[in-house]
Amino acid sequence: MRKLEIKNLFVEVDNKVVIKGLDLVINRGEIHVMMGPNGSGKSTLANALMGHPKYKITKGNIIIDGIDMTKKKSDSRAKAGLFLSMQNPPEVTGVSLNNFVRTSVESIKDEKINPVKFYRTLSDKLETMGINKDFLKRHVNVGFSGGEKKQMEIVQLLILNPNYVILDEIDSGLDVDALKKVSEGINNFFNKDKAILMITHYSRILDYIKPNFVHIMKNGKITKSGNEKMVKIIEKQGYSNK
Amino acid sequence: MSKQIKINRKLFDKANKDSSKYIAKPGLTRELVIEISKQKKEPKWMLDKRLEAYQLYIKAPMPNWGPDLSKLNLDEIVYFVRPDTEEKTTWEEVPEEIKKTFDRLGIPEAEKKSLAGVGAQYDSDIVYHNLQTNLKKQGVIFENMDVAVQKYPELVKKHFMTNCVPITDHKFASLHAAVWSGGTFIYIPKGIKVELPLQAYFRMNAEAGGQFEHTMIIVDEGADVAYIEGCSAPRYSKNSLHAGCVEIFVGKNAKMKYFSIENWSKNTYNLNTKRALVEKNATMEWVSGNLGSGVTMLYPCSILRGEGAKSDNLGIAYSGEGQDQDIGAKTIHVAPNTSSITKSRSISAYGGRSTFRGLVKISKNAKNSKAIVICDGLLMDEKSSCNTIPSMDIYNNEVEAAHEARVGKIGDEEIFYLMSKGISEERAIQLIVAGFIEPIVKVLPFEYALELNRLIEMEMEGSII
Ligand SMILES: Nc1ncnc2c1ncn2[C@@H]1O[C@H](COP(=O)(O)OP(=O)(O)OP(=O)(O)O)[C@@H](O)[C@H]1O
Ligand SMILES: [Mg+2]
Repeated sequence: MRKLEIKNLFVEVDNKVVIKGLDLVINRGEIHVMMGPNGSGKSTLANALMGHPKYKITKGNIIIDGIDMTKKKSDSRAKAGLFLSMQNPPEVTGVSLNNFVRTSVESIKDEKINPVKFYRTLSDKLETMGINKDFLKRHVNVGFSGGEKKQMEIVQLLILNPNYVILDEIDSGLDVDALKKVSEGINNFFNKDKAILMITHYSRILDYIKPNFVHIMKNGKITKSGNEKMVKIIEKQGYSNK
Repeated sequence: MSKQIKINRKLFDKANKDSSKYIAKPGLTRELVIEISKQKKEPKWMLDKRLEAYQLYIKAPMPNWGPDLSKLNLDEIVYFVRPDTEEKTTWEEVPEEIKKTFDRLGIPEAEKKSLAGVGAQYDSDIVYHNLQTNLKKQGVIFENMDVAVQKYPELVKKHFMTNCVPITDHKFASLHAAVWSGGTFIYIPKGIKVELPLQAYFRMNAEAGGQFEHTMIIVDEGADVAYIEGCSAPRYSKNSLHAGCVEIFVGKNAKMKYFSIENWSKNTYNLNTKRALVEKNATMEWVSGNLGSGVTMLYPCSILRGEGAKSDNLGIAYSGEGQDQDIGAKTIHVAPNTSSITKSRSISAYGGRSTFRGLVKISKNAKNSKAIVICDGLLMDEKSSCNTIPSMDIYNNEVEAAHEARVGKIGDEEIFYLMSKGISEERAIQLIVAGFIEPIVKVLPFEYALELNRLIEMEMEGSII
């Protein structure tokens, strides 16, 4: 029961079928890496799992801890323990980061939180990421650099403490130090009760994070699954003959 | 994703049991104008002014631009109502029914203490009035307009609808002059700085009742004051008309901040005139929140007639189902080195319409003047609309003038992002809307910012279809 199940999933975007019958089971305590060529449908899968209204599930099921979430809205999925760090987190003008994260925690835990205490917790978390706490007053992602956006997603991950985590290219655009901090954050978060699906193009994050499985996505389907060794082969040979 | 917002106005649209002691028959006649003046025991000059204005009103055409006024039946409006209450000085003495009305408006208990003076208008009369004694000692006057006519005849006669808003201005200004009743008169003597904002609430509460309150604020040289006005009204089946008039005189080196929330019920036509004459090196700031009303026409205006005069005009408008918010700001630069900033943010939801008219006129004499107009609109759905109509008439070359207008639709991507972190759709929309108006809300006094946020949240409350 303690798993994320994706069963025979079909997803359409703009009337175009992008995910074409995808099956995957991610158990708690597992880290899965997903790789694949540009445009193969990795982000589409991530968005569809999280319930983005543009990504229409036309067939198949998404099951979290035994409960079918296929028709549920994004906020219900988040409450069921799902978390997505988007490839390009959008900017939300006018909403401060502090207010956003607090509202998010309050919504998920369904309780009011002391704003002063929360502000402190959040500042501490930022500090561990090496981010200035002035960011809390800034609007969500507005004017953040690519790397800062990604680091902020990890801060949210640590605060929200979800069970099923999708990280869509969390390592893209990070400098070496930031990559290290982000990886440390993920490793601190991960344990036998957590499950991670990590979408990436590069092996460098795997110097820090050890996956149990590696999957190759091509043209909307998982074409190959294996272990970490597959990553090195892909880095040398590309996807063309895989 | 459809994001249509149910409007919840129940709180504001309940009427109190009518307890008015004098209600005129609907429609306006010369006799009624005379009766109003007689009941108020006005001096002859005021009666003459009313009658002259009445003639102008009859002859003036309806405005042929802007929103549709064809359903406004001026013969159905009751032009004069007096509530069954004498002027009060303490809150405890205010009748229970009226208190209930104010409670529903959310006037907090603490506010009465924290604010320097509270005047509240119930229909055509002030029912509650209080002013800190030290302000009285300093010579500050905060008075019912009717009383001011009797007590300060020179000041009132000199300023009342003469060179600020003349009775000839437009049809509803003429109407206002003919039937005006109640309102607030404020005089701040030379050099006096009033620290807390003065505040008044207006409310209309008789069937098809019109409200024609007159506000006159005279800020003498070097004085400094802020004034807060908030409105809401119960809902009735017949059309209601609000045609108030605000005249502000900001003397040399003086500073005036005027905050207002207009939140009349949706069957109200809010056709209001607000204008300030700003003298040398003086500053006028308008901050307006427009919610409610079926139709609004309101364009607070600053006339910068002294060298170095400044005007800030900030506005927020919310237009929901069946509403037409035609608002804007006017700034007339007639002296050198004058400057103005106009900023507006309007939200249209559920098929609402909002139009922003930003008018800037810079005359030949107003050399070295600056004017900036920035308007932003936020559309909540496909059925709603947002227009901006800028107009810059510039008659000399030595000026800096800029205009920006943006209209955006509430973003699906942003809403998804917030929802993906567990926030409900409704709350996500609220956050984004609150964020959109934040640049204007943040300049408001604290209690007032809370109230405006609360009002807008209430507007957006309810289910998402
Ligand atoms: N919102 C959208 N609107 C239109 N088309 C989309 C949208 N999102 C994805 N697509 C299309 O679906 C296909 C898969 O895109 P997706 O973003 O899932 O690829 P990806 O595997 O994540 O690629 P990358 O490695 O470049 O991030 C592409 O052809 C893309 O153009
Ligand atoms: Mg992608």
